[in-house]
Amino acid sequence: MISEIVFGLLVIITLAGAFCAVTLKRIFYSILSLIVALFGLACLFIYLNSEFIAVMQVIVYIGAIGVAMIFAIMLSAPATQKLQERNSKKIFKAAAVGLLFFVGLTRIFWRTVWPAPAVKIDDFSVKHLGELLLAQYPLAFEVISLVLLVAILGAILISRDTGT
Amino acid sequence: MSQSLNSYLLISAALFSLGIYGLLARRNLIGMLIAIELILNAASLNFLAFNKFLSPDKGWGQVFSIFIIGLAAAEVAIGLSIILYLSRGSKTINIEDVNKLKG
Repeated sequence: MISEIVFGLLVIITLAGAFCAVTLKRIFYSILSLIVALFGLACLFIYLNSEFIAVMQVIVYIGAIGVAMIFAIMLSAPATQKLQERNSKKIFKAAAVGLLFFVGLTRIFWRTVWPAPAVKIDDFSVKHLGELLLAQYPLAFEVISLVLLVAILGAILISRDTGT
Repeated sequence: MSQSLNSYLLISAALFSLGIYGLLARRNLIGMLIAIELILNAASLNFLAFNKFLSPDKGWGQVFSIFIIGLAAAEVAIGLSIILYLSRGSKTINIEDVNKLKG
């Protein structure tokens, strides 16, 4: 019972954070509400028995990506910069497309009958996860590390000050 | 609210649609990056929900989520450095004013 109430509260926090993240005018506030939404999602991941992913979500998303975004907003657009006017026609069109996606996705998964899996390995542990990463999918693991390396090098190269 | 597969899919669809809305409505590059983060997290939530309720092996969805988090980190690193470069060069991060590829 209490689990259901907490779950409902987490869903409300997540969706409210996401809603504020895309609608608030000041970009700094929308980064803060994105962090709230990501934290709510991390709590939902715990409900899905994926504690390791939840911890990773907090460390990588909130700890690294959130802080990097705040740094970027501080360096690029100062808070004194004037807010741009909003085109209400464009907002309406964007909302219509978003609503269309929501209705379409909901219709699709509401009508589908999901088959239950035949074999079941009920092992959510980090040990099993490590075995999968290093024994079953080592190529994907190596490729993602290469992608991260190239991304870091590219980020340094792009943001390097070449003017002087 | 009960914790079934459909309730998780509903949350994920709502997050995805909010991300799509933000991507189309925002003209600020950092705002668009925030919307992309929401979309990626909706995908991650979907993977973990299917992992819990339908997957034969409970590690597969988690592996996918780890890859999504890694790719999101790479994407944000590149995106933010491009934004910093643009704001230094043209003093704006509104995409309608950024129409030159040659810096």
